[in-house]
Amino acid sequence: MLSVEAVHSYYGKAHILDGLSFEVRRGEVVALLGRNGAGKSTTMKSVMQLVRPRQGRVMFQGADLVGEPSYRVAKSGIGYVPEDRRIFTDLTVMENLEVGRQPARKGAPDWTIEQLFDIFPNLKERRTNRGKHMSGGEQQMLTIARTLMGNPLLLLLDEPSEGIAPVIVEQMAETIKTLKAEGLTVMISEQNLHFARAVADRAIIIEGGEKKFDGSFAELEAQPEIRDAYLSV
Amino acid sequence: MAFFFAQLLTGLANASSLFLVASGLSLIFGVTRIVNFAHGSFYMLGAFIGVTLMEVLPGHFGFWGSILLTGLAVGLIGAIVEIVVLRPIYRAPELFQLVATFGVILVIQDLTLMIWGAEDRLGPRAPGLRGIWRIFGEPVPKYDIVLIAMTPFILFGLWYLITRTRLGVLVRAATQDREMVGALGVNQAWLFTGVFALGSALAGWGGALQLPKGGADLLMDFNIIGTIFVIVVIGGMGSLPGAFIAAVLISVLNVLGVTYLPSSTLVLMFVVMAVVLIIRPYGLLGREEVAGEHGQVGAPETPIRPYGRLGQAVIAGLLVLMALLPLVADQFLLILTIDMIVFALFAASLHFILGTGGLVSFGHAAFFGGGAYAAALLVYHFDTPMEIAFLFAPLAAGLLALGIGWFCIRLTGVYFAMLTLAFSQLVWSLAYQWRAVTRGDDGLISIWPTDWLSGTVPYYYFTLILGVGGILFLRHVIHAPFGYALRAGRDSPRQAEAMGIDVKRIQFAAFALAGVMAGLAGGMFVFSKGSVFPTELEIAASFDALIVVFLGGVKTLAGGVVGAGFMTVVEDWLTRLEYWRLLLGLVIIAVVIIAPEGIVGSIRSAWARYRGTGDEEVAK
Amino acid sequence: MSEILRVENLKKSYDGFVAVNGVSFGVAKGELKALIGPNGAGKSTCFNMLTGQHRPTEGEVFLDGENITGRKTRDVWRKGVGRTFQITGTYQSMTVIENVQMALMSHHRKLFSMMPRAWKLYRDEAFEFLDTVAMADQADRPCSVLAYGDLKRLELAIALTHRPRLLLMDEPTAGMAPSARIELMQLVADIVKDQGVSVLFTEHDMDVVFAHAHHIMVLNRGELIADGSVTEVRNNPQVQEVYLGGGTLFKEEDAHA
Repeated sequence: MLSVEAVHSYYGKAHILDGLSFEVRRGEVVALLGRNGAGKSTTMKSVMQLVRPRQGRVMFQGADLVGEPSYRVAKSGIGYVPEDRRIFTDLTVMENLEVGRQPARKGAPDWTIEQLFDIFPNLKERRTNRGKHMSGGEQQMLTIARTLMGNPLLLLLDEPSEGIAPVIVEQMAETIKTLKAEGLTVMISEQNLHFARAVADRAIIIEGGEKKFDGSFAELEAQPEIRDAYLSV
Repeated sequence: MAFFFAQLLTGLANASSLFLVASGLSLIFGVTRIVNFAHGSFYMLGAFIGVTLMEVLPGHFGFWGSILLTGLAVGLIGAIVEIVVLRPIYRAPELFQLVATFGVILVIQDLTLMIWGAEDRLGPRAPGLRGIWRIFGEPVPKYDIVLIAMTPFILFGLWYLITRTRLGVLVRAATQDREMVGALGVNQAWLFTGVFALGSALAGWGGALQLPKGGADLLMDFNIIGTIFVIVVIGGMGSLPGAFIAAVLISVLNVLGVTYLPSSTLVLMFVVMAVVLIIRPYGLLGREEVAGEHGQVGAPETPIRPYGRLGQAVIAGLLVLMALLPLVADQFLLILTIDMIVFALFAASLHFILGTGGLVSFGHAAFFGGGAYAAALLVYHFDTPMEIAFLFAPLAAGLLALGIGWFCIRLTGVYFAMLTLAFSQLVWSLAYQWRAVTRGDDGLISIWPTDWLSGTVPYYYFTLILGVGGILFLRHVIHAPFGYALRAGRDSPRQAEAMGIDVKRIQFAAFALAGVMAGLAGGMFVFSKGSVFPTELEIAASFDALIVVFLGGVKTLAGGVVGAGFMTVVEDWLTRLEYWRLLLGLVIIAVVIIAPEGIVGSIRSAWARYRGTGDEEVAK
Repeated sequence: MSEILRVENLKKSYDGFVAVNGVSFGVAKGELKALIGPNGAGKSTCFNMLTGQHRPTEGEVFLDGENITGRKTRDVWRKGVGRTFQITGTYQSMTVIENVQMALMSHHRKLFSMMPRAWKLYRDEAFEFLDTVAMADQADRPCSVLAYGDLKRLELAIALTHRPRLLLMDEPTAGMAPSARIELMQLVADIVKDQGVSVLFTEHDMDVVFAHAHHIMVLNRGELIADGSVTEVRNNPQVQEVYLGGGTLFKEEDAHA
């Protein structure tokens, strides 16, 4: 479904992604693992075209996304949940969801606000609250719900477990499983190996902007040297 | 009482046009974070286009149709300006964009002059509304009543658009985080264009609606912009109801002022603003601007170092050349160089507070002009010798900066900018309206230097020593602990406070120092020209300094000085042409688009690229 | 053991929303104490009241017996309280060592001095602090190019310049790789031992907390629901319910690996 092909991305002068290639297949949950600064967030942003790759292609459903404005990438069916959440703090929950709303899309689950409230019951209680009066966990829920309002085919979740309470992390894992059951393809980036193992089918490890491992978690278990070298758990 | 009531109605009627223009400015600022100085130009265009259309289209339909069409036309012009000028520079530092809008002002001024000529136009009366109604026996123009009746509907319409429609939700979301709105599938480029067009259209409508009560002239753009800023600041940036209340307040005040205090109408407005801001620093209905909330775009400044051997040698060489200049140069070149040095010191003082301090002052001319006036007043009224009067230029400017700074330093970001602008307007209005002391726009003349400095060459050396000395002193302070503390407060006020730095006090002191230096430049200016007029205190004078600082490069220490040199030469050359504003505006816009880091910044980047490396690889 | 910090009935509410509701606790001298709890529980608000960013609605704060309630941030700092932030706030336009020199200039009250060259002042002293956090080799790099973990260490060095009695660290390891987290907290633990500084920190990484904290407090919806040793807090059922969860997604043994 998504194929990242030999992508080179820069932040200013810094070379972040160094010819990175990988694929995400329809219906799976893939975890992008690696240290801080390995290039996980930049990978997500390079898919969204929030960072423009200088070389390489990002193929999604047969079309190259490189050079498209990010709103077109979103319209083509990729939903993005950034690491720092970035909810609209002055807007209410309902208004935040409204910003994310896009028409139904063929082949993607069609989310209604009621369905989203079933998955995230906290949001229902808080529907008229402004974003700034919500706790970190609730904000994380809202940002995912907001992205789902765009009825994406592929969901990119950047570090969903970072900076939230362990008990919310457990809820988050359940949510991701629910989304997979609904037929969504998901790519998460993580530093928390336990969390990744709990939700993902496959692990991709990157370091210095290059792919170092691509395989199942069972295979990863069998190669502890990889884990030690690149994940420093 | 009845008279008073009629006055109130006139005020309310005037408010409707002001509210339209102010709400447009507020809307554009809210979404794009651009303080659109060209907003007054759209208002002026609205008036001229409106007059022309009304001449062509007859009758009721023609009048109201003209107003409607005017808004659409100005909106379209706004959209074109946004696409051509602003779109390429959204990624540039936020306040760099205001320089571009200043370029737009100049271009529109000359285009208007080309199309409509220099003559003032009287607005036509509204058909069917020519007469008056008597209210409590007082005559009130019918058109005023119609305007008063319309305004609440306009307010409600805008309020509904912003709070109740999907468009409004998207606009408010984009106000906070444009990039995220884009990542959610909304084409924010068109959202911006749309908002800019709507804001411009509102200004155009404001210009057209006031026609039956006024007319169209070429000074409308600057005349309205000061008032509009006052209204937006009093109401609170981004608040529509706030803009409405403030528009009514200011209009009524103006009408009453004309009746009871005819010689201080302008001063009154700024006094009210100062009072409001002392009680409510973010305006009546505004909310606190959290500093850094919107993030500075662009790379952080590189660490500073005093010049090395090579740099010092180059500077020393340049100074020697300047010292030798009178041996070869004619009178004209010397005077041009004096102008350049004076302007460079003025720009360097603004750069000090803006670049190093991170405080964008829109009213720095108050200190330049204030210093000039202080010296000139002493000479004019008391025949004070130049040696003493000159000292009062930096002294008075410093005191003025202490006074203005006391109010302004408490605020940050755009509120600070607006408040400094408003205070400089207050100083200007004093110089303009207090004729008994300042002689108003006749200016103070025959302010010549003392005998031993009366020749061009001695005065040249006088300027060279004091001007260059002032610039070098400011540079030295930047490299001293005080300059570092100032930068610390700019980079991260929170961290600075958490390491014992009283950020506001440092900024206050820096603001005063910048005022002293600007006053010094003003003192040198007045004795070189022999006169001073209120124009030296105008918004345009403050903008000139802002522009050269931005053109030179905010994030470079030499930016102000280099920009001033560039500008003096370009202006001297261009002003010989008829449509020099148009050309200057285009030059400014071109530099902003081509060299968004400013002249010095761009040269430095190009140099770094040429050498093939940056100073540091970013380790991310 | 006597207390360096004592907080009595601290309360903060804004626009009718009670962020912190009557919190009382103490930090003993030479102690490394953690404050944990869900996001929005009031941890940062609590810190901000201790260091003067926010004024408490009610309650009092004592530093070594002296009432410092409602004092300004910079005064609290001068009394010997250091602080690091969740999101680092170093000076981007300065080099690494200049950041430390800036703190020293403030400590030595040289802020209004306009004559000396700032980059020459206290350079040797600054080097020593950078050495403490193993950043001396990066002294002259621009701060803007530092890796995240290095920024955190720099912030720690800055917070030590005025030889604080108490150090408040807000999520010191947020956004760092697991190994770097352990390294940083080991550094902090060493400083606590060597210099007798007391540390109060907030943290979400339970591996870090369980490995290094002497005592743990748990804040939930503005109220303190636990305050005790690591074992007591881990086994507290209420804490498990609101914060720790089933413990499936963190492992203590990894912290020692």
